[in-house]
Amino acid sequence: MGILDYLLKKNKPTSSASVAKERLQIIVAHERSNRGQPDYLPLMQQEILEVIRKYVDIEQDQVSVQVDNEDDCSVLELNITLPDAK
Amino acid sequence: MAKIIVVTSGKGGVGKTTSSAAISTGLALRGHKTVVIDFDVGLRNLDLIMGCERRVVYDFVNVINKEASLKQALIKDKRTEGLFILPASQTRDKDALTYEGVEAVLDELAQDFDYIICDSPAGIEQGAQMALYFAEEAIVVTNPEVSSVRDSDRILGILQSKSRMAEQGKSVKEHLLLTRYNPSRVASAEMLSVADVEEILAIPLLGVIPESEAVLKASNQGAPVILDEESEAGQAYSDAVARLLGEDVEHRFLEQQKKGFLQRLLGGK
Ligand SMILES: Nc1ncnc2c1ncn2[C@@H]1O[C@H](COP(=O)(O)OP(=O)(O)O)[C@@H](O)[C@H]1O
Ligand SMILES: [Mg+2]
Repeated sequence: MGILDYLLKKNKPTSSASVAKERLQIIVAHERSNRGQPDYLPLMQQEILEVIRKYVDIEQDQVSVQVDNEDDCSVLELNITLPDAK
Repeated sequence: MAKIIVVTSGKGGVGKTTSSAAISTGLALRGHKTVVIDFDVGLRNLDLIMGCERRVVYDFVNVINKEASLKQALIKDKRTEGLFILPASQTRDKDALTYEGVEAVLDELAQDFDYIICDSPAGIEQGAQMALYFAEEAIVVTNPEVSSVRDSDRILGILQSKSRMAEQGKSVKEHLLLTRYNPSRVASAEMLSVADVEEILAIPLLGVIPESEAVLKASNQGAPVILDEESEAGQAYSDAVARLLGEDVEHRFLEQQKKGFLQRLLGGK
């Protein structure tokens, strides 16, 4: 590595590897939380999203659906973040 | 009783077959009777890497279909004592393997061998699931690159839910094998480091294999790279085999080899 390269690298705010690491940590955490979830979940999430969108303008990632299994009952957890009222 | 170890990854082209060939050879060199099975039905390649492609008569599917005995299909390695290869079929479709058939072959092999190494096909579907189902240990081959790390995590999810061990309420022993590692690109922060990948996947590190020209040379010659004792990749595989056998060996080749201009200027040796 030349001196110029070295100095330029030092000034760069985030390295390419650290961007990769951060993106991976997010996607892997997301995929792990979806593991073991019922197969119908993604489609159900999509349909719920469409129903809400009839009334409020929200993004894909503002709706999360998850099933938690506790002993002898399953809980369907639905989280919807609505945009700030203007 | 044999120990069944799968070499898997999700993503293709990361070094599963290279690693299966090197590790099975390493185990046999240390006196453990070993068989390496090519599970990549339709895309046979392990035979080329092991250098026995011209001696294939019968294959894994022939044995499952009882068209040949195991004895007829197993190829004895010419270089390494105590090493055998069970080739994949070249022509049949992926559904040629059945769980019952594979189990029967593994049971028969288990009576004779110390280690059974399963070289998995790419993907996370049927073929890859078949290769890992019976395994007690898994070597997860990963490149320091986003799609490979993500796929490795998905394969870990499958090991933890769809393997026979998982079905029995036990867990497959997982090992991370980081291959095609380029220390100088890590040093310049262009490539994920060993520590980064370890942190994300959170499984014990079996070894780090540097990106090396010796691997291509070995595949050209049909001799597993572990036999190239001069090469860094060969030495790194030997270390990984030692660790697999429970030895405590320090990791090598994690640092940049050639000193940069600045480092030399500043007086590094
Ligand atoms: N450590 C390494 N250094 C350089 N090339 C490598 C290394 N490991 C694997 N390769 C190359 O990568 C390619 C894919 O390897 P292979 O073992 O066939 O992967 P897979 O079985 O996962 O598809 C081959 O061309 C091989 O020579
Ligand atoms: Mg392969």
